[in-house]
Amino acid sequence: MTLTGTVPATAAGTGPVTDRRSARAFVDTHVVPYADAYDRSGRVPEELLRRVAEAGLWAPFLPPDSGGAGMDMVTLGEIHEEVGRGCSSLRSLLTVHTMVSWTVQRWGTPEQRERWTAALGRGDTLGAFCLSEPGAGSDAAGITTTATPTGAGWVINGVKKWTTGGQRADVFLVFARTPTSIGAFLVPKDTPGVEVLPIDDMLGTRASMLAEISFTDVALGPDALLGPSGFTAGMVLTGTLDLGRYSVAAGSLGILQACLEASASYAARREVGGRPLAELPLIQAKLSDMVTDARAARLLVAQAGRLKDAGESATIMATWVAKYFASTAAARHASEAVQIHGANGCAPGSPVARFYRDAKVMEIIEGSNEVQRITIAGQAERETTR
Amino acid sequence: MSTTAKGQILDFIRGRYPQAEIDESQDIFALGFVNSLFAMELVMFVEKTFEVTIPNEELRIDNFRTADAMSGLVSRLAPDLAVA
Repeated sequence: MTLTGTVPATAAGTGPVTDRRSARAFVDTHVVPYADAYDRSGRVPEELLRRVAEAGLWAPFLPPDSGGAGMDMVTLGEIHEEVGRGCSSLRSLLTVHTMVSWTVQRWGTPEQRERWTAALGRGDTLGAFCLSEPGAGSDAAGITTTATPTGAGWVINGVKKWTTGGQRADVFLVFARTPTSIGAFLVPKDTPGVEVLPIDDMLGTRASMLAEISFTDVALGPDALLGPSGFTAGMVLTGTLDLGRYSVAAGSLGILQACLEASASYAARREVGGRPLAELPLIQAKLSDMVTDARAARLLVAQAGRLKDAGESATIMATWVAKYFASTAAARHASEAVQIHGANGCAPGSPVARFYRDAKVMEIIEGSNEVQRITIAGQAERETTR
Repeated sequence: MSTTAKGQILDFIRGRYPQAEIDESQDIFALGFVNSLFAMELVMFVEKTFEVTIPNEELRIDNFRTADAMSGLVSRLAPDLAVA
């Protein structure tokens, strides 16, 4: 592939992605060989976005009559892991699109679902999630973007930052402060008053086409509000972030798996003092810890997925735990993967250098790990007082 | 373990907040420990346990203030269920 992001045509990895195996074939064919070029160019090319649509990857959990395949959450997690193994930027685009699509399906009125879900399911319309602001990241309660009710609908004013896929998305799921609570609004990108400012040269997920989105007197109809108003509006955000956290947990596991595969391969080939690196006990210790943590993270992600499929409320805490474990493990082992690769791991175009940068981002997004610890510890405290 | 809707709802809340002494008519929001995470868990619990889908128009704070109110919500959504 060239720096412009052209993906060569190939028969391998084609067809719908329905499970881990087909996802792996798709990623190995269409993503892994080119991910470093995406990282350098700061974009996932349109051609790959189209291939993702052709593979039915954008929102396969939607019902078949809404452009999806009715896929269960366990399988979705496995697929996001595989995509994350290949390219965290592409997985990030999937994550935010997943959040928007699920939210419309879960909370939308029949009319809203009719308008949006089929196009979201096919990937004809791409969604992005707008919560963070210049002054409010993990502190969602601190957002200052406003949605003011008018006789004809709503007017939105404010600035959203770090919007993954913001440069490319067609519709934004915007969280804004209403007179009574925080509401979720669907805002088409071409609405007058919406302005997109690309954010380039981030530390990690550099090809995820981040943007700052400003909303200046953006007039919307009454059907822009998604889900209930009032106190339960907070549940829209909670549910949306829960799914995002699940995807990020799976994607973090993907990074960890990629670090393991790259490190094991390198350690088998690279010799030091006439012996392969893989024979050195300190390298073996690093590899064994990668294997162990990858397996543990996979179990945690699968558990969260099974609870989602069962509709169990325990999935929310299970997802917090999975994301916390997988993201910290990914960051730790990505650092070790660079260490194993030595200077080669620090070189331009080194996959493990990309994993290292991407893994750090995973510890921050969808609730920083500090917020995760507060939440998990709070649960532990409650349980121990029983 | 309770078998009525009201009892099951109270068991769930007490299980999550064992330090709080809650009865069926107490306003759990007034007690100050309900956040959006717990609200989401509560809705998921009700939907899963009683096999109902709570429509947006029923997602009002008054339907979730007390175990009595939640039990009433369940009885409206699943009239055949014993909710005594």
